[in-house]
Amino acid sequence: MSGDHDERILTVTMPKWGLSMTTGRIVEIHVAEGDTIAKGDDVLDIDTDKIAGTLESPVAGPVRRLVAEVGDELPVGAVLAVVAPAEVPDGEIDAVVAEAKEAAASGALEVPDEPQPQLVEIGGRTISYFTLTAEEPGGDPVVLVHGFGGDKNSWLFVQQPLAEHHVVHALDLPGHGASDKEVGDGSLTSLADTVVGFLDALGISRAHLVGHSLGGAVVAAVARSTPGRVASLTLLAPAGYSADADAEYLRGFAAAATRRELKPLVGRLFADPALVTRQLVDDLLRYKRLDGVDKALSVLLGTLLDGDRQAIDTRGLLAGVDVPVTVVWGTADRILPPPDDIGERVDAGHMVHMEAANDVVRVLRAHL
Amino acid sequence: MARSITYREAINEAIAQEMARDERVIVMGEDNAGGAGSPGEDDAWGGVLGVTKGLYGKFPGRVLDTPISESAFVGAAVGAATGGLRPVVELMFIDFLGVCFDQIFNQAAKFRYMFGGKAVTPVVVRTMWGAGLRAAAQHSQSLLSVVTHIPGLKVVAPSNPYDAKGLLIQAIRDDDPVIFAEHKMLYDVSGDVPEESYAIPFGEANIVREGSNGHADVTIVAIGRMVNTALEAADELASSGIQVEIIDPRTTSPLDTDTILESVENTGRLVVVDESNPRCSLATDIAALAAQEVFGSLRAPIQQVTGPHTPVPFADSLEDLFIPDTTRVAAAVKTVVDHVG
Repeated sequence: MSGDHDERILTVTMPKWGLSMTTGRIVEIHVAEGDTIAKGDDVLDIDTDKIAGTLESPVAGPVRRLVAEVGDELPVGAVLAVVAPAEVPDGEIDAVVAEAKEAAASGALEVPDEPQPQLVEIGGRTISYFTLTAEEPGGDPVVLVHGFGGDKNSWLFVQQPLAEHHVVHALDLPGHGASDKEVGDGSLTSLADTVVGFLDALGISRAHLVGHSLGGAVVAAVARSTPGRVASLTLLAPAGYSADADAEYLRGFAAAATRRELKPLVGRLFADPALVTRQLVDDLLRYKRLDGVDKALSVLLGTLLDGDRQAIDTRGLLAGVDVPVTVVWGTADRILPPPDDIGERVDAGHMVHMEAANDVVRVLRAHL
Repeated sequence: MARSITYREAINEAIAQEMARDERVIVMGEDNAGGAGSPGEDDAWGGVLGVTKGLYGKFPGRVLDTPISESAFVGAAVGAATGGLRPVVELMFIDFLGVCFDQIFNQAAKFRYMFGGKAVTPVVVRTMWGAGLRAAAQHSQSLLSVVTHIPGLKVVAPSNPYDAKGLLIQAIRDDDPVIFAEHKMLYDVSGDVPEESYAIPFGEANIVREGSNGHADVTIVAIGRMVNTALEAADELASSGIQVEIIDPRTTSPLDTDTILESVENTGRLVVVDESNPRCSLATDIAALAAQEVFGSLRAPIQQVTGPHTPVPFADSLEDLFIPDTTRVAAAVKTVVDHVG
């Protein structure tokens, strides 16, 4: 937007969710022209190349124009809705809309500087990570640790909003993403050592650690070994809170070599399996085909499972550890069913940070 | 990590990584290493279109020049494979299959079977196929159906750089003879390719494009360069409300029949796009498969979009007409969509 419009005119723009997102497709619009919206209200559902997410409004006020229509594929940064008080004349709103449409069509949108993933050597392994930084970050940095078979890109809906106020790092555990595929003994201790090594390598004295699934157990193990480095723990559908697990999923995911084997399994990760796109499955297949991944996943399976039961005891790890812990679980988690006695509940399956990302961000913001 | 390289570079990288991983992997072919009596590296062209350029310097002694005698050097590669090496041999154009076909279809393809599984023949025959390079009738054919016909051969036809690398690595690691067919018009096409090694299993089709929200009106099965043509046509058709699912078989032998049939069961309509001649082709094969297995799901006659039953013409204007284009693909899709049964 050029700066010569009425300052009361605000816009909702296409977010950049994740490294690879360049455009998004509008799937559903939750507001109508004339509605008054508050910050945090659901505005639109947007399909990325991985999964659909809900965009919450970053601004408040009456919706004067909806620039996007359902089905539109628009570049990151494109104006989707214009919000302004009723006093602003229609003519000025129309001028903003016209300019926005021209910018989206011409490809002349200002693409923000794109941070790229970085590499760091930890314990003889190359570890890949991706950092987003707030302009004026406050408090301790945040480190996001994915689960079994995941990677740093799984935080696409979470990392950007958290980075409005914090420095937020997302790393690839050994055996995952763009990190080395050799996992050694693959024990929880060795994975936790990698996270501590990451804090050391980046000169982070203390961090808020957020872990999903296996990553939840990993960050709990970090709090156990080095509590002084941990400002808080947020565990999303963490491993090791009960013995129950969908062992068939875990073994099936490790073994699946084809789309036909993998797709139904990936559907189990979500409350709504229709969220699983061709691209999401493709990206997982691309990861699983890399040399060394088979072995890494099979070793890590031994860390996760003892027969059909979970082998990790995260509750035990955290006993007596003096670090604030928040646990979040999706009500429809079929992989690690939520234990009755713990955790906030959100409306999602196992992939809470993808399927109920805005709720997860709210929980995190409350204590970061 | 996301990194864009060309189809040519992806093939080169696959060979280099496998040569580094496994010392049994060697490269043989014409103009790889500069020719007999040449000074070497500076003259090492890397084959006629430079695909293996640079390998001679990295792996001296394992990149071999051969005389222009396909029957001899393809036979030598087949023999070396039975003797324990894993040769990647370059047959400059698939059109030259005729001069070395006995070594391929009656020798390499038969050993495992005739020796009761005691012999393996891990040879990869890399070869260029397809029209469009203004190279005339003897260097432009799409003879994939000829090799697909032979049991004992595996046949691979990557349509993009990512697949080219992963399928070639799989081909080199495979214990059976593989015909690795590189479309000559794709060499300069770029795409995201991981730096790490990876293998794409044979017999797994790629769903290149899905319909919208799980719904598609038509299945297109397209091979090699025709995948891109189908994608362009699908973009055009989407703007007129027709949703197309595109399947790239990636390997024509083994063929992922399940993925093709499942898609046709969902859409009820099939268009096969194959730039080869129409008779006894991959198009007829895939059309027959669908007609036999999922006839009850079909809502319109299957359409085949192929070249005509002629040699590939040398005149530019005629060669352009020979190759199926987006207009023809879109028209075939409209025909099956508009069909009133």
